Amino acid sequence: MSTVVALKPVMAAVSAAPAMEKVAVAPEPTFSAPAAEAAPRGETLRDVLRAVIPPLFGFGLLLGIWALVSMKNASIPSPGLTWDAAVKLFADPFYSNGPNDQGIGWNVLASLQRVGIGFGVAAAIGIPLGFIIGRFSFMNRMLDPIISLLRPVSPLAWLPIGLLVFQRADPAATWTIFICSIWPMILNTAEGVRRVPSDYLNVARVLGLPETKVITRILFPAVLPYMLTGIRLSIGTAWLVIVAAEMLTGGVGIGFWVWDEWNNLKVEHIVIAIFVIGIVGLALEQMLLLLARRFSYETR
Amino acid sequence: MSLVKIEKVGQSFNTKSGRFTALTDIDLEIGKGEVVSLIGHSGCGKSTLLNLIAGLTLPSTGVLLCEGREIPGPGPERAVVFQNHSLLPWMSCFENVMLGVEQVFGRKEGKPKLRARVEAALAMVHMDHASAKYPHEISGGMKQRIGIARAFAMEPKILLMDEPFGALDALTRAALQDELNGVMAKTGATVVMVTHDVDEAVLLSDRIVMMTNGPAATIGEILEVKLAHPRDRLALAHDPAFAEYRAAVFEFLYRKQLKKAA
Repeated sequence: MSTVVALKPVMAAVSAAPAMEKVAVAPEPTFSAPAAEAAPRGETLRDVLRAVIPPLFGFGLLLGIWALVSMKNASIPSPGLTWDAAVKLFADPFYSNGPNDQGIGWNVLASLQRVGIGFGVAAAIGIPLGFIIGRFSFMNRMLDPIISLLRPVSPLAWLPIGLLVFQRADPAATWTIFICSIWPMILNTAEGVRRVPSDYLNVARVLGLPETKVITRILFPAVLPYMLTGIRLSIGTAWLVIVAAEMLTGGVGIGFWVWDEWNNLKVEHIVIAIFVIGIVGLALEQMLLLLARRFSYETR
Repeated sequence: MSLVKIEKVGQSFNTKSGRFTALTDIDLEIGKGEVVSLIGHSGCGKSTLLNLIAGLTLPSTGVLLCEGREIPGPGPERAVVFQNHSLLPWMSCFENVMLGVEQVFGRKEGKPKLRARVEAALAMVHMDHASAKYPHEISGGMKQRIGIARAFAMEPKILLMDEPFGALDALTRAALQDELNGVMAKTGATVVMVTHDVDEAVLLSDRIVMMTNGPAATIGEILEVKLAHPRDRLALAHDPAFAEYRAAVFEFLYRKQLKKAA
């Protein structure tokens, strides 16, 4: 078997390469053992400081400006006053004195529930629709003008339609969430389907995969990162819109709560609400980024 | 009896600047167990011809037959090794090979038998150690080995390779060529391979189909390589017959079909 003989030197060279790397790396610590031992701890400390100090400066600056503004303008509560109010507020976030006076925890959960339902229905419709639009150019040409026309419309413009159809405020708010979160999911999913490399589809054709397998084994995994981007954008917009929608519809919810506290002239509560809305939005975003990283084949 | 028969095949495309004829008057027969290389300057339509045999595209004129029947479209009996390996990045090497095996043998064979097929294919290209790895975790040469394993595991009637080693460095390419030579000898596979590497063509093939320059490219000459199998790269380097075959291909490419500098 002369082919085997000819093959061996090359194979040997290939398998030797990683081993040589190891050998080359190994002696280094022995040259500078004391320094090498001390270095990691100093490095990590420096890394932590580098990560922590700039944001601390940023928040410090924010607090400074805020304090300055509250000194000049008596109607704006100072950071200290707001902190005291927050401590009191978060001591009992889940109290309930009737529909118009509930703890901040209930309000946040009510908003999250509306976002969850509106977004869930939007995903259930938008993602399959995106697949169809991406896969069939007829559907794309049919629906693209409609989507282009409706997408720039503020979701709040749809609120009266929702009120008219559902006759109640709560589903109408959910409806606006549905409207605003469906577009990014349709468009991103469709774009993902369009960007599936033609090589992968050629592989499917050569292997003779049936359409169901093409969808589950090739299209779905290839489109997943795009889909998750769409979901992330949708949740972000939904969380922006819910505050405005609830201000208009009332009931229980963080947006309504902001408006209620404005009517009660408890400005420190409004400031607290701004922070709470920001933190919840950030948490949603991070959660979805984590999910995207978990499911993306590119980073796995 | 030839396995693939290509009769009066032409291929043209509609482009912005009118109709472009890529191939005309291709007549070729490929026998069972034969290894045929398609060689020519870039743009001569060798990949177009391979895609026609694969069934990924259909000819504008003429017919392509596989075992006497017209090729209706792509299928696993004409497996393709793509130039850029085209492994699915979300599947492990094992799963990538299994995808094809399942499709071809899944109806008649049980899971253990399918697994054994995949393992055998991976072992054949010396990649059994990487079966659980994902494509992004292995080198370019290894990916191409998995691509070859995937194609061989389907036990195709004919194996089509589109510049299978084009994207690899010279050393890896040589190693893979030798490995492919061994696998082809072991399985008696019928292979059509597109290449622009003259040494590769002479080393691996029984016949070298040399194509004229496009547009409207066709077969210029066919060279039979009558070197004995198995072929050893080192021994052939000093073989006058090998040098002669090489010279004949170079003669065709660089004297008769010299591409004018664009």
